[in-house]
Amino acid sequence: MQALKEKIMRAVFFLTALSSILAVALICYFLLSNGLPAIGEIGPQEFLLGEEWSPSDTPPSFGILPMILGSLYVTAGAIVIGVPIGVLSAVFLARVCPKKLYKVIKPGVDLLAGIPSVVYGFFGMAAIVPLAGNSMLSACILLGVMILPTVVAISESAIRAVPEHYYEGALALGAGHYRSVFRVLLPAAKSGVLAAVVLGVGRAIGETMAVIMVAGNQARMPVSLFKGVRTLTANIVIEMGYATGLHRDALIATGVVLFVFILIINISFSVLRGKAL
Amino acid sequence: MIHKHRFSSSHTTETQSVLSPRQRLFNDGGSLAFHGHKLSEKGLAIVTWTSAIVTIAVLAYIIIFIFLKGVPYIKPSLFSYTYNSDNVSLMPALISTVMMTTLSLVIAVPLGVFAAVFLTEYAKRGNRAVALIRMTMETLSGIPSIVYGLFGMLFFVTFLGWGFSVLAGTFTLSIMILPLIMRSAEEAIIAVPDTYREGSFGLGAGRLRTVFRIVLPSAATGILAGVILAVGRIVGETAALIYTAGTVAQVPDSVYESARTLSVHMYALSSEGLHIGEGYATAVILLILVILINACSAWIARRVGTGFGRNA
Repeated sequence: MQALKEKIMRAVFFLTALSSILAVALICYFLLSNGLPAIGEIGPQEFLLGEEWSPSDTPPSFGILPMILGSLYVTAGAIVIGVPIGVLSAVFLARVCPKKLYKVIKPGVDLLAGIPSVVYGFFGMAAIVPLAGNSMLSACILLGVMILPTVVAISESAIRAVPEHYYEGALALGAGHYRSVFRVLLPAAKSGVLAAVVLGVGRAIGETMAVIMVAGNQARMPVSLFKGVRTLTANIVIEMGYATGLHRDALIATGVVLFVFILIINISFSVLRGKAL
Repeated sequence: MIHKHRFSSSHTTETQSVLSPRQRLFNDGGSLAFHGHKLSEKGLAIVTWTSAIVTIAVLAYIIIFIFLKGVPYIKPSLFSYTYNSDNVSLMPALISTVMMTTLSLVIAVPLGVFAAVFLTEYAKRGNRAVALIRMTMETLSGIPSIVYGLFGMLFFVTFLGWGFSVLAGTFTLSIMILPLIMRSAEEAIIAVPDTYREGSFGLGAGRLRTVFRIVLPSAATGILAGVILAVGRIVGETAALIYTAGTVAQVPDSVYESARTLSVHMYALSSEGLHIGEGYATAVILLILVILINACSAWIARRVGTGFGRNA
């Protein structure tokens, strides 16, 4: 009786463990089976490299290059803004910050990670848009802030993982505190910091609501930092509500393209983290 | 070229032995990522402190800004049980948020914890399935919420025919938080000292009894920390819910009806553009919730830290 119970529960535990595999399989299947036929129908080249997105024209055109570029530009901008501040803040938290201050700042950074993206969006709408307009620049600034906690948290643990004797060795050679940190600890934590950047890229490219609220969302080739831009994520959310037929499938295909981007980013993150100290 | 790769790796210094470690440390040629020129202690101190101050200032600014904008709009009518365009009540959204959070946890917590039990207590080392489970878990945790939303719409809403409903939203959220629960449960279970298990086995308990009577109770605080993180994620979620749970602004009568959470409510208010003030008021309530959730998780993390120390 007891042995049977053990066996049954073992099977139950095993089955629950398979749930994540099932989830990934279902997600892949449903996205691909709905998205790929649309890409086939539109033509991979027209879809991925087409510069015009006008689903309601006759004949409609479904080119998502503007959105692909939009996502890439906005993400790049977020990295330019968020990474330097984030990595330096991580250095501060790991090696500079007095203990008392740490108890205030660390929960602050955690809170920054916990703020919902719509709240960021509302903040951006009223605090950034009046200065920078509904533009790529606004989206970059807002996303730069949103990836901060990710970059800080992962860089901080990477810097902390460097053995203490690296730092002591540098001090022994006569380097000051900051020089030891920046020229010895930080280079040694390089792959961990890079992993933080990659994860930040993933966050930025997948972010949806906050971007929609500040980016303007015009579906045209991005022209300037001060003009509106539409990302892949925004394209899906904005049009899915009323899309039908091929238009709807093209939006799901947009999701497939985003999914592929994310998979590439995830794989590079795992590789980098495997190399981290 | 040596110059350029001077600090490319701290371990393989023997390949670049032209410069002594001391020379390398003090030779300011400018290979540092953020700084081109001379690196003085003072300069580095200034940039480091400034960045930290910027980070905290941004947080403070966001919170103060949202409170200043939202608090004036908080009034009793905002908390009426039914929503209409006069009161723009957030109460139904608050109730739906609690409902969806609870249901998602009911689904995801047992799944995640049991899966973690399998990974830590049952699976043999080097098991192929385990490697695959870990890989899919990593993949799941990186998928953006809008992709979850698309999947939920295709699978739960359309394929299973549930329509825009609390149920479809709940299941979508459950999959989304599954990796979070699984990972924190796994870490918490691993942190339980082996002596506990050995003691239990020594007293004649079987594996199953050991898991439920010894391991899981000892890991409870750690698991709870993960659950609270998951609550935070759900409360802030929007993109995964718009096309699964829909955006109906009333309290749902059953799980087969559409409902909006607080975050979705905020987004709906912003896209309608008529009640932005009430949107900020909702943001204040949401922020307070998030601050409470974070305080909870910090408190629990401290308790985990003072339990059986991982480093002990």
